[in-house]
Order: sequence, then structure tokens, then C-alpha cells
Amino acid sequence: MNGMGEQIFSGVRVLDLTWHISGPYCTKVFADYGADVIKVERPGEGDPARRMGPFWQDDPHPEKSLLFSNLNLNKRGITLNLKNEAGRELLLELAHKADILVESFRPGVMERLGLGYETLKAVNPRLVVTAVSNFGQTGPYRDYELSELVLNGFHSMINCGEPDRYPLKKGGYACLHQGGLVAALATLAAYWCATEQGLGQYLDVSLMETQAGDVDRKTVDMVCWTYSGRIVYDYRPGADTWRANHIMPSGIFPCADGFLASFPILTHWPRFAALMKDAHPELEKLRFPEDMFDLDTKGEMDIIWYEWLAGKTKREAMEACQAVKWFGTAVNTPADAVEDPQFLGRGFWVQAEHPVTGRQTYPGAPVQVGEGSWQVRRPAPLLGEHNAEVYGRELGRSEPQIQALIENGVI
Amino acid sequence: MSRLPLEGIRVVDLTVVFAGPFATWLLAGLGAEVIRVDSIHHRPDMGRSFALWPTQEMLDGHDGARYPNGDPGKRPWNRGAFFNRVGWNKKSCCIDLRHPRGKEIFKSLIRVSDVFIENNSATAMDSLGLGPEALMAANPRLICINMPSYGRSGPYKNFVGWGDNAEALTGHNWVRGYQDEAHPVHNTGMFHMDSTGGAMAAIVAIMGLIRRRRTGEGTAVDFGQIQSFMPQLGEIYMDYAWNGRIQRTTGNRHPVAVQGCYRCRGEDRWVNVTVSNDRHWQGLCRAMGDPDWGHDPRFADQAGRRKYHDEIDGYIEAWTSVRDNYEAFHILQAHGVPAGPVLTEQDTFREPHLNARGFFEVIQQEEVGAYRYPGFLWKMSETPLFCRLPPPLMGEHNDYVFRELLGLAEEEIAALTEEQIIGGDRYTWA
Repeated sequence: MNGMGEQIFSGVRVLDLTWHISGPYCTKVFADYGADVIKVERPGEGDPARRMGPFWQDDPHPEKSLLFSNLNLNKRGITLNLKNEAGRELLLELAHKADILVESFRPGVMERLGLGYETLKAVNPRLVVTAVSNFGQTGPYRDYELSELVLNGFHSMINCGEPDRYPLKKGGYACLHQGGLVAALATLAAYWCATEQGLGQYLDVSLMETQAGDVDRKTVDMVCWTYSGRIVYDYRPGADTWRANHIMPSGIFPCADGFLASFPILTHWPRFAALMKDAHPELEKLRFPEDMFDLDTKGEMDIIWYEWLAGKTKREAMEACQAVKWFGTAVNTPADAVEDPQFLGRGFWVQAEHPVTGRQTYPGAPVQVGEGSWQVRRPAPLLGEHNAEVYGRELGRSEPQIQALIENGVI
Repeated sequence: MSRLPLEGIRVVDLTVVFAGPFATWLLAGLGAEVIRVDSIHHRPDMGRSFALWPTQEMLDGHDGARYPNGDPGKRPWNRGAFFNRVGWNKKSCCIDLRHPRGKEIFKSLIRVSDVFIENNSATAMDSLGLGPEALMAANPRLICINMPSYGRSGPYKNFVGWGDNAEALTGHNWVRGYQDEAHPVHNTGMFHMDSTGGAMAAIVAIMGLIRRRRTGEGTAVDFGQIQSFMPQLGEIYMDYAWNGRIQRTTGNRHPVAVQGCYRCRGEDRWVNVTVSNDRHWQGLCRAMGDPDWGHDPRFADQAGRRKYHDEIDGYIEAWTSVRDNYEAFHILQAHGVPAGPVLTEQDTFREPHLNARGFFEVIQQEEVGAYRYPGFLWKMSETPLFCRLPPPLMGEHNDYVFRELLGLAEEEIAALTEEQIIGGDRYTWA
């Protein structure tokens, strides 16, 4: 794989009891920047994300899930039955050696398994324990169920879509991932605190709160509401005058091979005139700003714009817009994004070699904090791939002892 | 007595809406001393105040919503909701960064700080002569985070645009929208990149501190916000890279579940419902009073329910549309079905669960009064987070910064203030 220099979290050990999306995305931040993340899965079945599509070659095989492969890159994997006393003891041994433990069980499960915070703290007082749950460890919704769609409802969904239709969620599993990123920040802050002050602690991360309190326009508008009893905007296009009070083209428009996103503000008029100066030199004669508000002429302006776009690819149109600082960019498909020169130029996409799926492309570093801070060290683990390594070499169990653990369904 | 996690860490903040101020708000909440640098010569960014002197017509329209009781007051930049939302726990001083002496003072602030964060355009700091090279020369132990949309390298480094434009390039516009509309993309004012960029920048700051503790060196970080978002859509890109499939929008639908956002009683009231398996389906049928359609053999398994998704949507909405969305939410959850209301701003403030968990903070600020603000995004057992400072008035901490922190002499402060290089309340844009 890539160079093996020291990374940000080299030497940090994370015990990962999470599954699905949010918890694994939290621990992915640590794994990608160098921590030794040991992913603990249930024997036999493993993480349910292994059974979530899309799959490589559309084959629903537990080692071929693209979602799982991305979320668990750079982690080691072991299996362990936590309901078994021997399994519980192995986990406490691992917790003793860990800096961080992240879990995403339902509230109360860790206690029922005899792995509550007080037990973990007794084993390792400096351990940071992060509990990522749907609604948090307390409160009336503590035991409620969640999905990506339901989580979107607590974020900005009310402001997404058309005003006369149902609200729309974000793409993919964006909110569940973002909840995991917030959990990673909380965990990292507590880890810093533990190393500076010698103090372990317990973190309660409610996915609902990571979205309800997220700083986008929604929470800003919440403060508007508490200040004035009103909100600034309904952001759904067409719902108000958010971007439609002038004649300039604002929105998503078709061009020769796809779409262009164009979002001007009033003062951008000279840029538009410059963009159109060959095809429509007469536009320079319009009075600014008064003619901008003459919405009766918006139809003519739209014709000019659609004609101009129709002869251009989205990349040609984007280049022309950017040359005059007009806020226009191509609407990339996922394929375009993978092949986009910006992301290629910044080395965003990386390759990893996996024993089942082979050499494939993955999203790479969100950011480098010093050279080589984010690296591909290993692909996502096969189910139980590192059992021998962890239980044998690191916890000192002998070959027959490991065999007994397997026979008793512990690992 | 334990200290807050980042107590003793000083952050210089030159951020503008939205991801940048989110990042420094997160760090401030964790105990860092965040000092925002404002200007008396440049009108404040949109975050401090969108319209400095809004007309009465604007105030009667949307713009008034940004101010307490719709009134911008004498100093609108201290009363704006956008800034105050993420302003608390921060400090503010004013320096003219165009003036050579102002640049020197700024660098002396950088010298006594640990982290610098800005999210202006890729060239803004360089054109001031305060790019990462200059700041790292002033303080080699600095964690210097420059976070323009696309980063400081690559063919788009000088591209212009809003969050809409950046998300268009990620492919997010392509995969969100109504699945039944020919036009595959749809816009909104909500950009996920603001969320990911803010949280990731705060993570980067602490990673930089950890790296510095080991190496003794600071780091200049070239952070393209757009890249903090893209790993969160990982499987969508990989479906193309691995399988050659270009995913399109599926609206609110899911590859396996039966789910939707269903209309409820009242205007613009909605509930989200997800049925992922037989257990959820049986719960849904029980919650809805064991209707005949629940026994339809076509719906006996998830594959069948997926096949008749539209028909099932109709049955669910017939039930939700005569109920309050909270009523539907609680009934469905009581039967183990993932469901939740689509919250408006008002709903969120009134949300019983958030309030039961003490999510909101009541903050008193002298030019604003006391209001409730959305609070911290997680709870810490040993270092509980709390509001230490209200949103800072512009230049409120001039005296602290220039006299206490930088040790400037009285006469010097007076002379610099007279020349309008630092501090003061004589804003030239006002």
C-alpha cells in the first residue's frame, strides 16, 4: 500500500463495538488517520452493513458490500460473542489495553451484558467510552427506532423539496454519516482530554441531537424564530423570493450533455452581461438595478440563457461561467465526480487491494494534516480475519485455547 | 476539578458563514479560547448581519426575522441571529488587516495562539499577505487551517460559487430529488457540506494539536470543504467505480425498505415512516388498527411490499393524513416502527425529548436579551460543556486582546485606535 510513515493516531487503540453506519463512520476517522481500530463483530453474522447494498457485481455476499467496505477500511476485525462469559472477559482484556471504546447498542444493552461504563472504568480509568445511539441514553424517546429518513426529518428536510409536494431527504445515508462524524469529534476531544489530564469519561451521543442542533440554516432559522417569531426563508424553490426576485437565471438548467447549476445574486449582473457579450451585446444597455426587477422580461432572459446553454456541454458552460466569475458549475453525476479533474488533481480517490473484491477505488482523505496523515493501510476486514492475530499473538491465547473458544461459540 | 477538554488552547477565527463559524463554535464549546477578528473598515460578513441598514420594507419581509422582535437596533451586527447562533463562547476584537501595522498586530496574535481557521476564498489570505506561509513563519507551532470550498490546489481552486455550486460538483444534486421528475436535480438552501466541513475542521484542529505534541511542529492544512462531504456518499461513487452503475435519485425511497414522507393533518405537516422488515410491517399494521390490506398476500414479504410500494404509500397516507404528525409518530413507535415528524423550527424548540435532555441553552446578551439557543451536540460525563460567554459584541474584547494578551502600551492602543487600525466603535462602513 502507500507509505508507512507515522500517522496522527499511530499507537492509539480503538475498540469498536459499532455496526451499521454512524458508529463505523466515527471509528473510520480514527482508522484512516492511523489508529489500530479493532472491529468486534458477532460470530457468524457480523455487522448488518455487510448485508446492505450496493454489492460488487451485485452479488449479495458479506465481503462484497460497498457500504461496508468503505466504512471499515483500515480496521482489523475479530468476532466475539459478548453474551458469553468467556467473551465478556476477552472484551474486558481488550478494553484494558484500549484508549477508546465506541459502541452503538441500544441504551441499556451494555449494562445487561455486564459491560456498563462503571465496569469498563474499573478495568481502565483512562478509557474514553462513546455511546452512539438513536436518541441518546436518556429521555422519553430513548428506546425509539430510527432510520436515515427519520433522521433527515430532524434536520433540514422541511426546507427541501417543492412547496406543494412532500419534503425530500438528502442523498444516500448523509445524515447517519454526519452523526458519526460528530461522534468522532466528541470522541477525539475526550481522547485529547484523557491524554492531557489522565481522565477517562463517558460520552452520550444522540443521533437526533447531532442533526437537530447541526449548524446549517435550519438551526440558524431556529434562532430567528426565537428572536422574532418568524423564520427568514422557506428555502424550497418557488416558495418565496429567495432567488427569484430578479431576471437572472437562478437554478439548475439543462445543457447539451446534462445540467448546469447557476446561482447569481443581484450584483452579478455585469458578469452575466460579460458572459453574453458576443451573443447578446444588447444586454449591456439594460439599466442596473431597476431593469433587473422587471420580471416581465424574465421569459426573454430565460430564452437567451437556454439557447446559450443548449450549444455547450456542462464543462464548457462551467469554464465559460467561471472565466467571468459567474456562479455556475456543472451538475456532476457520480461518474463525473469520480472522473472530475479537481478530485483527481488533489489525489482524493485511492486504491485498496481486498482479497475478495480485488483492487478497487475508494474515497480518500477528507484532508491531510501533515504529509501521509491519511493512508490506506489495509482493506475492510473479512469476518473474523484477525482472530488469530488478536487472541493469539496479542492476548496470548494458545492454539488449543483458541480452538476451544471457537467450539464454544465465543469467537 | 477537571478542565474542559480544550482549555488553554487559543484559536484565531477569521471565518464567514457557515462551515467556518460552526467549526470555531464547536472548538469554543470544548473550552478553547476562540478570538474572532472583525474589521471596522469592511462591513461584516453575512454571518454578522445580512443587511446592515435594512429598510422598513425589508424588515416587514424576511429580513426582520433575523433580529430580536424584528428590530435591528442601532448596531444590527450585534443582534443578528445568524452570527449569534454560533457566536456564543467566542470573543471578538477588531483589526484592520489591510494596514501594515494591523497585519503586524494580527501576526502577534497568531504568535500567542495555537490554531487559526478561515474559510474565505482560496486567495483571500494570500492577497492580504497573511497566507499560510506568512502565518507559519510567524508561529511555526501554529495549526493553520485554510478551508475554501475546493481547497488551495487543483483546477477549481479559484472557482466561485455557493454551497449549491459545490454540491453540484459532488454529485449530491444528482442523487437527491423527486424520483418521478424527469429533471433529475433539485435545489434547496440546505448544503450538507456546511455540516461536514464544520465538524471536520474542528477534528482537524485537534489532530493538529496531537501531531504537534509528538513532533513539536505546527501544520498548514489545505482543507477543501467539498472533500469532507464526499466520503459520506462513498457507496454511491463506488457503485460507479466498481460496478459502472450511475445511481440516480430515489427521492425518499430506499434500496430495500418501504418508506416515505407522508402528509399529516394540518398545513405542511409530515411524518417519515420506514418499514425495513416483517417486524416493522406487523407493527405498522397493528398501529393502523389491523386493516384488511395488512392481510393482502401480495404484501406478505418485503419483496412483495417493494413491488406494491405506491399502493402501500396510499394506505399509509390515508391513515396519517387524518392524524397529527406527532400522534402518528408516537403510535407507530409504540409498535416498534421507525417513524418521526418532519420538524419545523418551532417544533424543534418545543420538542419534548430535546427539552427533557436539556438540549437548549438560555443565553443573556446585553444588546439582545435572553433567548434560548440550540445547544451542544453531545454530553460528556466528566467535562460537561456549558455556555461560558454570550455571543460577543463586535470588538467587545479589544481591551483584553490588545492590552492583556498582546501587552500593547496605553499610548500605543490610543494611537492605533485613533488611526482606526484597531478597535473602536467608529465603523467606517456603518
